[in-house]
Amino acid sequence: MSADHAHALPAGVRPPTYSHFEDLAQQEESEKLGMWAFLITEVMFFGALFTAYTVYRNLYPEAFMLASSHLNPTIGGANTLVLIVSSLTMALAIRAAQTAKYRQVVWLTVATMIFGATFLVVKYFEYMEKYDHGLFPGPTMFRGEQFGEHAGGARIFFSIYFAMTGLHAFHMIVGLGIMTWVLIKARKRYFTPERYLALENVGLYWHFVDLVWIFLFPMLYLLGAHVHGIEH
Amino acid sequence: MGSAGTGNMASTGTADHADDASRENYLNNGYGWKSWLLTIDHKRIAVLYLISVSFFFLIGGMFAVLMRLELATPKGDVVDAETYNRLFTMHGIVMIFFFLVPSIPAVLGNFFVPIMIGARDLAFPKINLLSWYIYVVGGIFTLIVAVSGGVDTGWTFYTPYSSTYSNSQVALTAIGVFITGFSSILTGLNFIITIHKMRAPGMTWFRLPLFIWAQYATALIMVLATPVLATTIFLVALERIFRIGIFDPTIGGDPVLFQHLFWFYSHPAVYIMILPGMGVISEIIAAFTKKRVFGYSFVAFSSLAIAILGFMVWGHHMFTTGQSVYASMVFSVLTMLVAVPSAVKVFNWSATLYKGTVELTTPMLYALAFIGLFTIGGLTGVFLGIMAVDRHLHDTYFIVAHFHYVMVGSMVMAYLGGIHFWWPKMFGRMYPEFLARFAAIIIFVGFNLTFMPQFIVGFQGMPRRYHTYPEEFGFFNLLSSAGASILGIGYLLPMLYLPWSLKWGKKVGNNPWNAKGLEWQIESPPITHNFHGPVTVTEEAYAYGDEDAHEAGHGTTNTHGQKEATSVR
Repeated sequence: MSADHAHALPAGVRPPTYSHFEDLAQQEESEKLGMWAFLITEVMFFGALFTAYTVYRNLYPEAFMLASSHLNPTIGGANTLVLIVSSLTMALAIRAAQTAKYRQVVWLTVATMIFGATFLVVKYFEYMEKYDHGLFPGPTMFRGEQFGEHAGGARIFFSIYFAMTGLHAFHMIVGLGIMTWVLIKARKRYFTPERYLALENVGLYWHFVDLVWIFLFPMLYLLGAHVHGIEH
Repeated sequence: MGSAGTGNMASTGTADHADDASRENYLNNGYGWKSWLLTIDHKRIAVLYLISVSFFFLIGGMFAVLMRLELATPKGDVVDAETYNRLFTMHGIVMIFFFLVPSIPAVLGNFFVPIMIGARDLAFPKINLLSWYIYVVGGIFTLIVAVSGGVDTGWTFYTPYSSTYSNSQVALTAIGVFITGFSSILTGLNFIITIHKMRAPGMTWFRLPLFIWAQYATALIMVLATPVLATTIFLVALERIFRIGIFDPTIGGDPVLFQHLFWFYSHPAVYIMILPGMGVISEIIAAFTKKRVFGYSFVAFSSLAIAILGFMVWGHHMFTTGQSVYASMVFSVLTMLVAVPSAVKVFNWSATLYKGTVELTTPMLYALAFIGLFTIGGLTGVFLGIMAVDRHLHDTYFIVAHFHYVMVGSMVMAYLGGIHFWWPKMFGRMYPEFLARFAAIIIFVGFNLTFMPQFIVGFQGMPRRYHTYPEEFGFFNLLSSAGASILGIGYLLPMLYLPWSLKWGKKVGNNPWNAKGLEWQIESPPITHNFHGPVTVTEEAYAYGDEDAHEAGHGTTNTHGQKEATSVR
């Protein structure tokens, strides 16, 4: 389809994958800008939840501190570390593709996936523990009496906690799906020093999801109620 | 397909169209359902959208017919209150999310944004197709809701009624709207990237047709606002399905927060539903006055100003629902500011008409109707933005009339005007002009007869969303129902004669209106890649007035120097 453009290119320059682009530069610029624009929609998507959190935290500061003390900052912190490391391996995978270290791309992708999966497994056990302690905010499951007069606010806190971390976990699962595609392509040496933009865009997505957690962790886990004396 | 090189054999016959049937174009380039349902051609996707939004327009219209039938008399004699609640909710949801939001962007925008900037397709053709499928899936959810009892919350889904108390299909509807939102996001994303990165050499920002500026501003709103609606609707669905409490006032949740989040999308969405129409009107007015749109850059920037200001006025929907009075004051002032860029457009269109050679074709009739009706709709919006006036008019028929003047009186008029304007380009055949003018006049009369009386009953205090009303409002409601039947007939006419014209309409040349713009320099219907070779733009948008330019081929040429065909009108 783009044969008439292809033969005009200097030797060694790859033609665009899709025939409606003039050249590779135009295609790659479009794809890069497209990814950033997509991430902006993601910011707005999470933004509504951050707004809800801010409003309720201002309305019910004490209930939020009390409810927050039921989250385990050690586990949350460990998970944060796992995610940050996964972001590092992701960035290194892109670097490996740029420097044509094809086997490194594969194992760094695998490492990123393992760290991502670890995060989700830990999250699963955290969710189960919350459920067992009557902290899931459904009307019959939530045991509000442990929060006394702050039962309502605490239930709102856990509603937001499950909505935000759930949505974040969903993004992680989608990310793992994309990583599977990356892994298949990487094994075929698809990502090369001339062609790593798709990998870089996956990386942008992965870092974004990571970054959301970097905000979620202090907002939800580190509200200060863990200080002795305030605890219920 | 393929060879974009020396396409002269195809274009030699374009002037007289003797060999039109043999000429390859996007419509005869492949037949069968696969060539349509798996297409990544922006023009074919636009046609898919055209069919599906027309379908939903009919569905939404049917709900409106039933409502006006009920409201013809003061008593509740056609449907009961419960059913009526479902009717106006379904009417609103179908018309807003499945007709108005995708109408001009996804049909005319999809078709003409790449062509008008000299590109072969949108930046992401597969995502474009995906957006249509997402739209269809969302639509199927909504149809399931319609046949399984409907939803009665109003299109605004106000909590806690929607999240806790309503006994209708809220969750399914929410999922449908949530899904459809992504189709809108993807369309907007595609337009932004396309307009930034795919413009032909020489097509600078200030040579862009004003339609493109309007689509760009719309796309910004789609990308920035729609995700917020998605989250909000997602929270309502979560609250409904899992009974978690985010907006539940019984545990201290804040329903007003829902309204803030909802209107943060839904007010900018009003501009998703009007800005593309404004873009269409700029094109039509330039083409039928044969003049450059007066104050081009002001009209271009007014689109961006409307998009930006549109994000800062959502609170004017909440003057009476427990918002702080100081916040309301700020929102009130900002709301009035939106009138400024809107007025810039209206004045500049009027100034373009002045001393122009105005041709009263069907698209132009729709454009003139748009200017008048939008002025009424816009100015009544300023009334409603004033806090004291709003306290009286909130939730009355005045507001129903106001937003129908903007959305139906303006956007649907612009949509129909645009469809008629570009119909010969899209399908290579002319619609029946006399019948079309007749339909335009019927629609204009029917529209005003339907909604003008609603301003009056609304001002007198008749509240919206009730299926019965006191006798004293009877006359104006009967008038409104009578007008609705005329309007309905008016809408049916294009739905009949436009498909008719596909087979029996008069064949036309490439530029039946003698208009400027890249889309009028390529064949009708266009080939799959739109242009036969690289496009270079060397002149401003709407370079009318210089008659020599007409002979010289517009300063914009394809590789093989294809000239514009003469008008056959």
